[in-house]
Amino acid sequence: MKDDKKKVNQKETLLKVLAYIRPYKFLMALTIIMAAVSVALTLYLPILAGDAVDLLIYIFDPSSLNVASPWPALFFILKKMAVVILLTAVTQWIMNICNNKIVYSIIQDIRKKAFRRLEELPLKYLDAHSHGDIVSRVVADVDQFADGLLIGFTQLFTGVITILGTLLFMISVNVGITVVVVVITPVSLFVASFIAKKTFSMFKLQSETRGEQTALINEMIGNQKVVQAFNREDETLERFDEINGRLEKCSLRAIFFSSLTNPCTRFVNSLVYTGVGLTGAFAVLRGGLSVGQLTCFLSYANQYTKPFNEISGVITELQNALACAARIFELIEEEPQEPDAEDAMVLENAEGEVNLDHVSFSYVPDKKLIEDLNLSVKPGQRIAIVGPTGCGKTTIINLLMRFYDVDQGSISVDGANIQDITRKSLRTSYGMVLQETWLKRGTIRDNITVGKPDATEEEIIAAAKASHAHSFIRRLPNGYDTVIGEDGRSLSGGQKQLLCITRVMLSLPPMLILDEATSSIDTRTEIKIQKAFATMMEGRTSFIVAHRLSTIQNADVILVMKDGHIIEQGNHEQLLAKGGFYAQLYNSQFAIA
Amino acid sequence: MTKLLVYLKDYKKESVLGPLFKLLEASFELIVPLVVASMIDVGIANRDKGYILKMCLIMAALGLIGLTCSVTAQFFAAKAAVGFATKLRHGLFEHIQKLSFSQMDREGTSTLITRITSDINQVQSGVNLVLRLFLRSPFIVFGAMIMAFTVDGKAALIFVVVIPILSVIVFGIMLISIPLYKKVQGALDRVLGITRENLTGVRVIRAFGQEEAEVAKFDGENDALRHVQMVAARISALMNPLTYVVINGGLIALIYVGAVRVEAGILTQGQVVALVNYMSQILVELVKLANLIITVTKAVACGNRIQSILEEPAGMEEKDSRGDEKLTGCVEFDHVSMRYYEGGEEALTDIHFKAVRGQTIGVIGGTGSGKSSLVNLIPRFYDAEKGSVKVDGVDVKEYDLTALRDKIGVVMQKAVLFHGTIRENLKWGNESASDEELWEALRTAQAKEFVLQKKDQLDEMIEQEGRNLSGGQRQRLSIARALVKKPEILILDDSASALDYATDAALRRSLKEMPGETTAFIVSQRASSLMHADTIIVLDDGNVAGMGTHEELLKTCEVYQEIYYSQFERSDKGDKKEGEN
Repeated sequence: MKDDKKKVNQKETLLKVLAYIRPYKFLMALTIIMAAVSVALTLYLPILAGDAVDLLIYIFDPSSLNVASPWPALFFILKKMAVVILLTAVTQWIMNICNNKIVYSIIQDIRKKAFRRLEELPLKYLDAHSHGDIVSRVVADVDQFADGLLIGFTQLFTGVITILGTLLFMISVNVGITVVVVVITPVSLFVASFIAKKTFSMFKLQSETRGEQTALINEMIGNQKVVQAFNREDETLERFDEINGRLEKCSLRAIFFSSLTNPCTRFVNSLVYTGVGLTGAFAVLRGGLSVGQLTCFLSYANQYTKPFNEISGVITELQNALACAARIFELIEEEPQEPDAEDAMVLENAEGEVNLDHVSFSYVPDKKLIEDLNLSVKPGQRIAIVGPTGCGKTTIINLLMRFYDVDQGSISVDGANIQDITRKSLRTSYGMVLQETWLKRGTIRDNITVGKPDATEEEIIAAAKASHAHSFIRRLPNGYDTVIGEDGRSLSGGQKQLLCITRVMLSLPPMLILDEATSSIDTRTEIKIQKAFATMMEGRTSFIVAHRLSTIQNADVILVMKDGHIIEQGNHEQLLAKGGFYAQLYNSQFAIA
Repeated sequence: MTKLLVYLKDYKKESVLGPLFKLLEASFELIVPLVVASMIDVGIANRDKGYILKMCLIMAALGLIGLTCSVTAQFFAAKAAVGFATKLRHGLFEHIQKLSFSQMDREGTSTLITRITSDINQVQSGVNLVLRLFLRSPFIVFGAMIMAFTVDGKAALIFVVVIPILSVIVFGIMLISIPLYKKVQGALDRVLGITRENLTGVRVIRAFGQEEAEVAKFDGENDALRHVQMVAARISALMNPLTYVVINGGLIALIYVGAVRVEAGILTQGQVVALVNYMSQILVELVKLANLIITVTKAVACGNRIQSILEEPAGMEEKDSRGDEKLTGCVEFDHVSMRYYEGGEEALTDIHFKAVRGQTIGVIGGTGSGKSSLVNLIPRFYDAEKGSVKVDGVDVKEYDLTALRDKIGVVMQKAVLFHGTIRENLKWGNESASDEELWEALRTAQAKEFVLQKKDQLDEMIEQEGRNLSGGQRQRLSIARALVKKPEILILDDSASALDYATDAALRRSLKEMPGETTAFIVSQRASSLMHADTIIVLDDGNVAGMGTHEELLKTCEVYQEIYYSQFERSDKGDKKEGEN
């Protein structure tokens, strides 16, 4: 049952791969023709060589020939060989180039498609899937697929054509010997697949053990400092050695048994060779075959068995490639977010009136998070979202920015339901500064102008000054043109935050979503950030994930969250008077230990 | 790479026998064309069926012997390679465990992990291949040439011409294409970089509506990747056709020269066939050799990376002092300065203080002010550059490291737990702790409540790195782990940051009530967590900006005031100039 399903899946994947090949069908036809020609020529060469060898007899004993000299005939054959050789080389070369071009173009197309899909996938998908896994699909799997495809093109085609061609040629020369070859050769295929089957479980055990060891290594080396702090080196090494010992045993078995394939198939080949030699020699004695034809057969025997040996390897490689392709297609075919409606309105210069009307939302169906939330925000108001760590404050941001869609109820901006507004215009109406800063690889300038690529130098500097980032940027080696690595590793946490603020400051949208830093920033930078926030918030509707008391006290509305629910709502005085969770939270901060 | 060979020492026998048997197999392979030649020249020419049969039996026998030799060779090679890798992995793991914190910072743990996993695997397959094939291929190439000479010296001269040309082509193409493949790798890395960057920054990209710009950027890198791939492919696509032309050109020459020599009566027809066979054997082996060299180059590169780790001197020099028993729990910093790497800025400058048994020391300051650096010096995770750190009256550099770290319980900023039960994790602190002691530590760490809620309580499984727990739960368990140790000195390095204020306060209360006289260092960004410490050390940019009790500092220390008021300001609405008091 399961096998059947796997086969169906493989077939489906294969069809999809073919769809990607279709645009290159001319190249594909060309490469197949070239493969056929080059194989035919390769097979023709031994015949010519055989003819030449036959002429040697006459050269040895000219009396047996009725022509004056065998030399002109020999020269003619040799010239013919030269032409065949050159032609073969040219066709092989064209074939190689075509194959590479097809494969690299296909994977370029696939990567393009995958990346585009990445930009359209809902955050629901991206949040739920390991980024490492997605990256490895786009990079490693596509690569593996390319390798398999390339091997498939170059070896499977020529292999199959060689087998067929050789058979035809052999039958045309001598049926008896052909039968010998045909009967013995598949033995090597059986041997190879027998060994592969037997070693499969050994390899599986090896990779499982390896996985176990890697997990231990990741855990222990990754947290080496803790291991050392608790003096646990010896115990850890003991555990490592135990797995290492098991790995040694199963690796040895897997590697040794799988390495038997080659000698065994080679042995079968030598049997074929001997069989051809024996039957061929007797055929020569009976007069049904010339010595030249025998040498020709011997070299065929070699050519015929080689693709058989390779094909078993190629098939595993192809299956592997298909498995990788399936993983990529899974990503590409993932349901994208619902596109904006055709008549979706573009939100421009929003006033900043935001209404949440009976909003319900949950990430997983049976775990209600936000239920029947009502909130009405007038232009310019400040909303503070407070609560213990992990209480789901980011959920509100996810809904406002429409990273996620509400389950029930509606959110509206300036009276328009955000589902009817284009995502881009909705999102660019918000300026967002998250605690987890994100900077891309590039210059400081590139990072600042993300939201406004055509900003002038003056605008950039003005924004940086307003966000108190100018002074530190100026001190960097190349000022605004300093290149920062991925994730801005060379900058401090506070500096990164200031850059993110500058980014928002530059485009300065009508509404803001701010996430106050908890701990990673030193006091002086923090004060700068506070000032920058204050400048930005002037006259703008702002949602603030708040940790600082002053921000909370100054907010127009405080949303108190706990375990994903909004449990209280009101301003500071109202909530204190209520004596609920907020009051408790507020008091505990100043509690005397 | 060379230094890694010591790990092969125990497999000397295998490393010699493997290649030896391989050569034996190759020798038999080289005899086959001669057998065919004599079959043609003697058997067929004389119409001697018995002789032909005999020759065929010899060929079959050669095949069988070849099989036996080759299987033996594979076994020895696999045994040596796997054994080598196992020993190397053990050696490397042991070595990494001895590296000091600063060495680990420099190398980066992810690099270390790659070295011990994929790099060693590469080296293993490299060793295996070398033992099996490295001698075989050149042996066959030159063996075939020598056999050709035994058949006919003049005709064999063609080999002398063909082999160098072939080698130039094969290795020339490799020399050109290997750097190109490095470029391909670089382009691939950039594609990977953009993909990862986009995933981590997806919210920002969408918030700024930058999806299309990112797609354009990706397309650019993707095009560049295809371009270098094609350039590299074009070069290596030349390999097959060129070698084919040279080998078969040699074949034509062989037949021609053969014909001349046959006419002169020096060679027979069968011998010409043998020469032709040798030529094709050479082609097959050269291609194998080229592939082998690529694998070996990779393995050597991996081997060198492993060696560079092994060459790091292991850890810190230690002596055998165990401290002065009369002075337990006493920590003293004597004008201590440190920096993380040579030439870097000082992380700490002239720190001088003394803590005695039972005291609580608070350390406060902004990021990068040196709080963690300060407490990291106590268990000697790093070494002071100037001055000395004394625990129980003795310089930490005089200590036996294990003895020193046994005295100290550390809770690091990042709460790390390991795969295993809660009980196993807690027992890291003390193997022989009883369940009661464990529960007691959990209670103090405010973790008892949630552990009680778990189905299996102490036997609840924790996944790798504690993924199945929340950040706060992990922190509380790692605090409990340190408490189980009942340390003389307890260090909490900003370890309550994931706790909400209420839990943090409860934790501090129960730490205070803990029996025994533990000297505690509490690092925090929150003034509220520290204000009741016996002494608070205020750090600013690696310097002590103030030292004293909360009340003293509030009066005298400007940096402390700044921190305190930014967190505790109870000013009226509208006044946003916090911290400028």
